[in-house]
This record gives sequence, C-alpha cells and structure tokens, in this order.
Amino acid sequence: MTTLRIENLTRRFSGQTVLRDVSLEVPSGSTLVLFGPSGAGKTVLLRLIAGALEPDAGRILIGGRDMAGVPPEERGVGMAFQNFALFPHMSAFDNIAAPLVARGVPGARVREAVEAVARLLKIDHVLAHPPRALSNGQKQRTALARALVAEPALLLLDDPLRNVDAKLRFEMRLELPRLLSGRGATVVHVTQDYREAMALGDRIAVLDEGRIMQEGSPADIYLRPATIGIAQLFGDPAVNLLDVVPAADEGVHVALSGRRLSLDPGYAHAAGRACVLGLRPEAIGFAPDPAAPDAVPVTVEAETPLNEKIVTLVVTAGGREILVSRPLGTPGPAMGPAAIRIDSARALLFDRATGRRIAPGRSAPAEAAA
Amino acid sequence: MDHRSLLERWLRGIALALVVVFFMFPILWIVLMSLQTNETILRSPPSVVFTPTLQNYAALISGRLETEAGALDIAFMSNLMNSVILSVGSVALALVLGVPAAYAFARHRFRGSEDIAFTLLSFRFAPPLLVLLPLTLYFQDLGLADTYFGLIWVYQLICLPLILWIVRGYFEDISPDIELAYRIAGHSWWATFRRIALPLAGPGIAAAGLLAFIFAWNNFIFALVLASADKQPVTVGALAFVTASGIQYGQIAAAVVLSIAPTLALALWAQRYLVEGLSLGAVKG
Repeated sequence: MTTLRIENLTRRFSGQTVLRDVSLEVPSGSTLVLFGPSGAGKTVLLRLIAGALEPDAGRILIGGRDMAGVPPEERGVGMAFQNFALFPHMSAFDNIAAPLVARGVPGARVREAVEAVARLLKIDHVLAHPPRALSNGQKQRTALARALVAEPALLLLDDPLRNVDAKLRFEMRLELPRLLSGRGATVVHVTQDYREAMALGDRIAVLDEGRIMQEGSPADIYLRPATIGIAQLFGDPAVNLLDVVPAADEGVHVALSGRRLSLDPGYAHAAGRACVLGLRPEAIGFAPDPAAPDAVPVTVEAETPLNEKIVTLVVTAGGREILVSRPLGTPGPAMGPAAIRIDSARALLFDRATGRRIAPGRSAPAEAAA
Repeated sequence: MDHRSLLERWLRGIALALVVVFFMFPILWIVLMSLQTNETILRSPPSVVFTPTLQNYAALISGRLETEAGALDIAFMSNLMNSVILSVGSVALALVLGVPAAYAFARHRFRGSEDIAFTLLSFRFAPPLLVLLPLTLYFQDLGLADTYFGLIWVYQLICLPLILWIVRGYFEDISPDIELAYRIAGHSWWATFRRIALPLAGPGIAAAGLLAFIFAWNNFIFALVLASADKQPVTVGALAFVTASGIQYGQIAAAVVLSIAPTLALALWAQRYLVEGLSLGAVKG
C-alpha cells in the first residue's frame, strides 16, 4: 500500500519561504487534512506532492519511492482542484476518462469504469455535457470522478468543496468518507473549513506561515490546541479569550469579576505568569442561582440563534465580553443581569507571551510542545 | 416618439451613412474603375455612367497588356501566386516557430525570457528600411536574395512577433491547473500541449494567423528590394502598370480587386474569430 512521507520540505518563491521544514507522514489508507488559513502554504505543499513544483530542500516519498525529478504523470496520484480544472473542450465523460485513456485502457473498459464512478457520484445523466453546461455541484463531482476513476493509491484533494454551495458542501462532507473508504486510498485533503477538517480527517495538520503548527487527531486539535491561534481557528463561535494571571493560594485559580474560578491543580506552575484563559462557548452555562460561589455575575447583551444552538453575548462587571452557547430549545436568561457558570475542567490556558498552550502538569513546569 | 428623438435618429443615420461612404467609397470606386477602359476613367468630368468591360480582367489573366504603344507582357497571375506562396509560407513557418515559443514565454519564467520576448516585439517597431540595406548585402552573400525561402525568412520579422505576442496572451489565459490536471491524469507534457493548450488557444491562434497573413500579404518594401520579377508579390507587381505609355488605371484597379479578394474573403470568413479573439486577448492578456 501507499504511505506518503514528507521529510523536511522547504520551498521558496522569489526569496520568500512559503514552506519551511515541513515533515509529515500519512499512513497508507488514512486521510490527512491539511488545514490552515489562505496563504499558509497548503496548496503549495499539495502541488509539491503532485509534482507541479519541485522542492528547494527535503524529500517526498510516495510508497517509499523518492519523487525527486519524477514528473506528475508518473507519480500515480489523483487530484481534485478547488477550481475544478475541468477540460473545457471535452465532455464530462472525456474529462473523467482522461486518466484511463492515458493508461491505455481499452475503450469498453473505459466506458464501464467511467459510468460506474459517475453513477456513484450521481452524474451519470450529464456525461455527454461539456463542463460549461454543468452546475457547480456537477462540475465538482466530475472533478472528483476524474480523480477517483483510475483508483490512484494517493489522492490529493485541494479544497474541492470550496466552490460549491453550503447545502452541497454539507452533503459531500457526509458522502466523501463513504466514497473514499473501501478504495484504500491514502488521502491528503486541503481545507480552510474547520468542520470539514474535523469531519474528514483521521489526522489534521494545521499549517500556518509555511510551518506545521500542530498535527494530531481532530479531538486533539480541538481539545488541546497547541496555540491560541489554533484554538481560534477551530470552533464556531470562536473560543473566548480572557487575559488572566493564575494565582496558587489554596488551589490554583483565576479571578473573574471578583469571583474565584478554580483551575486544575496541575496549572500550579503557571501561577503568577501572564496567561490567556481559553473558554469554549459550550463550556459555559448559565447559573440558576446567581449567589452560588461558582457563579459569575454578568449582563446579557445579545442573543443569536445559530442553527442548532443559541449564542448569547454576555458582559462581566469588568467589561469582558464572553460568548455562551447552549443547545437550541433550552431555557436561557432574559436580557439584563444573569450569572454564568464555567466548566473549568474544559478551560484552556495559554502563555500570553508565546501564545502556546500551557499543559497542566504534576511536576516541573513544562510548556506544551506542538 | 417626439421630434427630438426623430432628429436624433436622422442625425445618427446620416452620421452612419457618412462613415460607411467614407470607408466603402474607395473600394466601390476601385471596383467601378476596374470595369472601365483607361479612356472612360480619365474623361472629364468623371461619370458613373459607362459601358462595363471585362477587358482589364482579361488582360490580367491572359498576361498580355494592350496599350497604344503596343502589347506588354505582365506577370500579374504569377505575382498573385507569389503572394500566396510567400504569405502562406511565412504564416505557416511563423506558426510552427511562434506557437511553441509563445507557450514557453507564457508558462515559464526563465532568465531573459522577457528580454527575448521584447526583442522579438521590437522587430515590429524598427523601420524596415533600416534593416533592408544590410539584409540585402547579407542575402546576396548567402545566396538567399531572390528566393522564396529568403523572403519567407524576412517576412518572419512581420509575422513572428505578431503571432508570438497574441498567442502568448491566450496561453496565459488558460489556467495552469487545467494542464496540471491533464498531466496528473497521466499524460506527458507534449500530449498536454497538443490536446489541452493548443485546442484551448485555438481561436487566438487562428486570429493571430489571419492577422499575420494580412500583414504579410500587404507587405511591399521587403519584397520590392529583396525579390526580382519572378518572385514579386502583387503589391510590387502592380508597379508594372506604370508603363512608358502612361498609367494603366483600369488594370491597376482590376489588379487591386483581385489582390484584395483573398484577404477580404478570409477576413469575412474569420471575422467572428478575429473580433472575439483580439478583444479577448486585449482584455485579459
């Protein structure tokens, strides 16, 4: 089977380093999501793997074979592009058939294979149409079909869901894993959508400014983000960030509107340091009893329903704005004074100077490594 | 409909008519002249009432010009053939050389690529007379003077930059991803060039080829200096009508009609591609 290994890859464009020392390994048959903001170097990395660009340093190994100097047509990869990159002068059928034609597959078998993959992607009725006569969704499926039809061992998906409407994106997010599983292909999927990343990745590599900032399972990245930046990228509404300085008298705690919010005792080593407390909106709830010792008094300022949840903006006495999210249909406070309760076990603590997460420890102070 | 808009329509109509007359009148006049004898052309005052005659065309096609001073051999039909050979040959060569070069300039940034492309373009700025004298001397040394090959070579100064720069814009408009997708599908770069880049740039290549053909067809100065009688195109051959016994206006007019006919027909046929092609290149190139 085909494992993708990337070793210390560096690529510069006219003096600017767009990828620096990137190393990754994607085990055979698994899906790695490359996630990051635009300009992070995701597409460049994908193009290096596809062979459209050559690295300035480092190696790419597909199935153990060093790809240096191997042209794209000999790498045996399939790729779907963000802009679809269909051949405008060919029918959808010829578009999908192109990888088979290149391999010299006889006509009857080409027809069979193209029709099979088209049925799977529900575009078998538009095979005769040229790309300009296809809807965006059909174009995207045609592009996917073309990437899949030759059963490549390594599949590169460059944000293929970016240019389709929200409904279709959601459908495809559910459908893609089904399409990919059973083919046994190793997949590298690029996206800017954290939901897509969490839904599709066996592992996620967060890329920013040409560097891998963190690599891990979706749960790892969401629950233990390596930096403030990553915490902000994952989650909607975004994580609440509060400047705090933990104190370590009678248990570790931070002060919030005059109340003590106890933290995991493992954070003792962070006492006295300038920190940022990261609170996911869903880790905060409303306190029925404002007088309870763990309740923080706030003022409810605004409320927005967001699909399956309701997001409430509250302001503490000190003027800090906090977003609270609760499931749709659960009771919430009216505008005006209320109190929130924070599930401190789910709180994240970051070093304010470096932006890195501080891992709770039992022994010597140690900063979390990426 | 009030009177202002009526007036506007009238003025617009008159303006359009003036424009059409301004551009079409010379062509109409030439066609009329080609159907008259020298005497009716030169009578004063001129009149559009005359008995049409095909004797000018007959003289051109038979190659014998009857004047008061006697019969004169003219090589108009072979000049026309020369024009076809030179124009078709030079456009074909310019396409073979220029299209791959345009692709290279569009897709690859190599050291000096802009300089080379600009140097080729600058051939279009240089006054032809500037290069003609040294060229003539070189051509005589090389044995290229008065050969089709030599003329086609020199015509590359006209055709190659045109094709290179127009077609380059077309190649640049093709998303590199489309070509990459074809490569990843398993096709070599040569197959990708042939089956993706060439067909997609097709209209631009056709438009550039047509323009180059018209420029080559209309060229006068290179052929005048570098070609002798049996290699001369019509543009130069038409000089033969200025004879010792006077200028043969009728024959000149007939020759003009015959010599603009191929380019006119070609341009009319390819008009759609030409306008679409050139405007696309202008907007996006």
